[in-house]
Amino acid sequence: MADLTCKDLSMTYRNPQTGAEVHALKDINFTLKKGELLAVLGPSGCGKTTLLNMVAGFLKPTAGEMILGDRLINGPGVERGMVFQQGALFEWQSVKKNVDFGLRMKKTKAVEAADLVEKWLDIVGLQGFGETPTYQLSGGMQQRVALARCLVNDPDVILMDEPLGALDALTREKMQSLILELWKETGKTIIIITHSVEEALLLGERLFVMAPRPGRIHKEYHLPFAERGLSEPLRAIRQDKDFTKVREEILTMIWNMEEEIMGRV
Amino acid sequence: MFEFIADQRAAIAAVFILTLLLAFGVSIYIGRKEYRKNGQDQVFGDPERTKGGWYWSLCGVSALLLIWFYFSWGVARAYFPNAANELCQIAKLDEALSPIRAVLPIGSRSYQSTLLVARNGAQIEALRDSMPKQAFSRDEQQVLELVIDDVQSLLGLSSDPDQQSPEVAAQIELLSQELRAIAIALDAGPSAVEPSAEALAQPKWGATYTEIPLLPVTARGILFDQLSQDAALLSDRFVTLKNIPPAYATRIPLITQKIEALSAATKAQQFSDADVEARKDYIKSLDRIFNRLDDGSIFPAGSFAPLMKVFQELARAQAHAKGSLKVIDALFVPGAGVVKSRTQCSEQGSGRWLPKPMDVVVTFAELADPDVEDGGGFKGTPLLWWKWLPIADVVAFVIPDALADLWAGEYARHGVDGKVQENTKDRLLALAQGDIDLGSVPALDGHLWDSLFRVLVAMGLGILCGVPVGIYMGVSQFIKGVLDPVVELYRPVPPLAWAPLILTIFGIQDDGKIFLLFMVAFAIMVISARTGAAGTQLSKIRASHSLGASNRQILLHVILPNALPEILTGVRIAIGVCWGTLVAAEMLAGTTGIGFIENVARTVSDYELIWVTILIMGILGLAFDLIMRWVIQKTIPWRGKG
Repeated sequence: MADLTCKDLSMTYRNPQTGAEVHALKDINFTLKKGELLAVLGPSGCGKTTLLNMVAGFLKPTAGEMILGDRLINGPGVERGMVFQQGALFEWQSVKKNVDFGLRMKKTKAVEAADLVEKWLDIVGLQGFGETPTYQLSGGMQQRVALARCLVNDPDVILMDEPLGALDALTREKMQSLILELWKETGKTIIIITHSVEEALLLGERLFVMAPRPGRIHKEYHLPFAERGLSEPLRAIRQDKDFTKVREEILTMIWNMEEEIMGRV
Repeated sequence: MFEFIADQRAAIAAVFILTLLLAFGVSIYIGRKEYRKNGQDQVFGDPERTKGGWYWSLCGVSALLLIWFYFSWGVARAYFPNAANELCQIAKLDEALSPIRAVLPIGSRSYQSTLLVARNGAQIEALRDSMPKQAFSRDEQQVLELVIDDVQSLLGLSSDPDQQSPEVAAQIELLSQELRAIAIALDAGPSAVEPSAEALAQPKWGATYTEIPLLPVTARGILFDQLSQDAALLSDRFVTLKNIPPAYATRIPLITQKIEALSAATKAQQFSDADVEARKDYIKSLDRIFNRLDDGSIFPAGSFAPLMKVFQELARAQAHAKGSLKVIDALFVPGAGVVKSRTQCSEQGSGRWLPKPMDVVVTFAELADPDVEDGGGFKGTPLLWWKWLPIADVVAFVIPDALADLWAGEYARHGVDGKVQENTKDRLLALAQGDIDLGSVPALDGHLWDSLFRVLVAMGLGILCGVPVGIYMGVSQFIKGVLDPVVELYRPVPPLAWAPLILTIFGIQDDGKIFLLFMVAFAIMVISARTGAAGTQLSKIRASHSLGASNRQILLHVILPNALPEILTGVRIAIGVCWGTLVAAEMLAGTTGIGFIENVARTVSDYELIWVTILIMGILGLAFDLIMRWVIQKTIPWRGKG
């Protein structure tokens, strides 16, 4: 059992000059069962990235607690792998060295590590690129390396912060399929933050639409599309009537939130 | 070998000039062709346009070398070896005539007498206006006015042609005629006189960097040389000439008497101390001007007219006698030409401070010659060579004497038998002091190695200490807070401003210089490592945390490689600054090093050696930079691509 539970999670920033308090997140409560794929969507400033950084352990919540399995989350750890928007690869090292970074830090035996790296490079579709310096890779390939680097550590939860945000449409679609495949094959719990409503619908088995001021979960969906995406082509799902209906609903929701932020309503 | 160069100078120069002209022409030809091929389809301002273009470098270098060769009188020396000797004889005549020329408006704007009248007149007026009236009685003031009038009248007397004694006019006329004889002799041209054996035995101009031979070796030179001796006698007579008008005989004792009376009054009467001072000062000033006017150096303006005329003739005759030498002088001897001063003839202008290319090569060859016994190297040390370095010296440098002191037990004492039995502690001390023979290893030696050694050791220490400090300053508030004020306060001080202090504390040899350079390198390495460390992307740090790296591992595997480009750029900058600082520090103090050579060369005005040291420094500095650029390219290909 490695469920992720968040209880009354709050994050308050204090402006040092004015002393005014900003509630980046307020009273977030949810439980994510092992193997669930959660997409988080919301307008800018609703605290999605703050939530992810707290789960990753980079930020400490001002109130509430997070529990993964039976352990309280307190600081970053290998059981929660992170994939960043720009990959955050170590550009001074080859693909292989990037992927086995975690294993080297753990001082895993070289032979064992090499086997694991080969296996994961194979899975993400980078076989033969082991010795390539990462700065020579395209954006999509860099994200594949980032995925492999994260997965080779065998984390319980994978946190993705807009992982496909900087990619072109075609690469993005391929990467979406890859994420779904990895989800199915590994059975990992995944939280993915995205700006794209379509992506959230396609990937999210569960979907949180968050609202700002204070940051909170506005609405939660349970969606069938991720499951379907494992067998059907993503492009077909996008044309689906149910899909478009939910998409329009969420778009309207976020649109209204944005309007509210701008003070038009 | 150098004699060969001297003998074949013309041929070598021809090859040199033709090669350079060819390189210059060909490079321009290629450059224009390349431009026509792909120059037009490029947009102005496109940085791509600056890529390549070795031919323009060739063009620039060959033009520079040609200019160097020309302005160092290379052409004259290669093809007109006797020109300088002849110019020297002409310079002798100029020197001989210079006392007469000095009083005439030749080269200056007015007669020397005019200047004297103007200056003394102004001083007399100033004296009249500044009379301290409180110090002199009314009567005395009137006497003073009269004395000043009298002194002023001396100016008038000496400037009046009617007051001039006829003897002086006759003397001037006589001198003019004798000078005219020199002009006539010049016009007549040289006679067939053989140069003296002594003259022929002189070292040739341009053999190496010897001065211009002083004795004439050509007929024209002999003519000028002889006439210059005649002219020198005339000049000697001219300077004894004084214009003392007969009227002076009555006027001068009168003025002397009055001034003496005033001085006597100061002594006899009771004045306040301040007044005594004022009177003494004033009378002294008056006396000084008076004494200057009674020496007869002011002549009526018209009295030198005959001399002026004959000097014009002399100038014409001299130009005529120079003949073809005029062309060589104008074309191939740029600058002030050859000037004779007392004991030697020397090149003036670029010919003096810009050495001939071949002399620079010869100087370098002598400097680089490792055979110190045979005059190679500099001040008993070769430029760059090797020697046997006793291992004991190195051991003694590494092990401090204090280690022996700390060793258990006591140093041996002399026993009753009057002998000393060495114990382990004694032997350890001997080792720490380098007294035990451990054999020798070959090591580099020489001025250049000393300089390089200082830079390399200082750079090594600077990197070893500066990089960790900088990295920790980039990640730790505490370390940044504590060290930032120290580093930022001493860093902006120009390194040489530290030199007097550091050299006093650590000595003028290697220790002091290495420490000075270490300070420079340390500051630069700290700043660059800190910038690099602080510039690490947060997401990379977070990613490595999530991948299970410890703080130490993150420093070593993420922050350090991330800072590497900045660190290497820092090394590149530091090595340049260190090199510059070192040379300046060596010029300041010390007995070895490339800067020391230049400093000694400066004190003896050895321009060839100065240029050689400058070129060595430039080439080495360039080499450092090229090596660093190569290292940067090889070690951090990812730079700017993260």
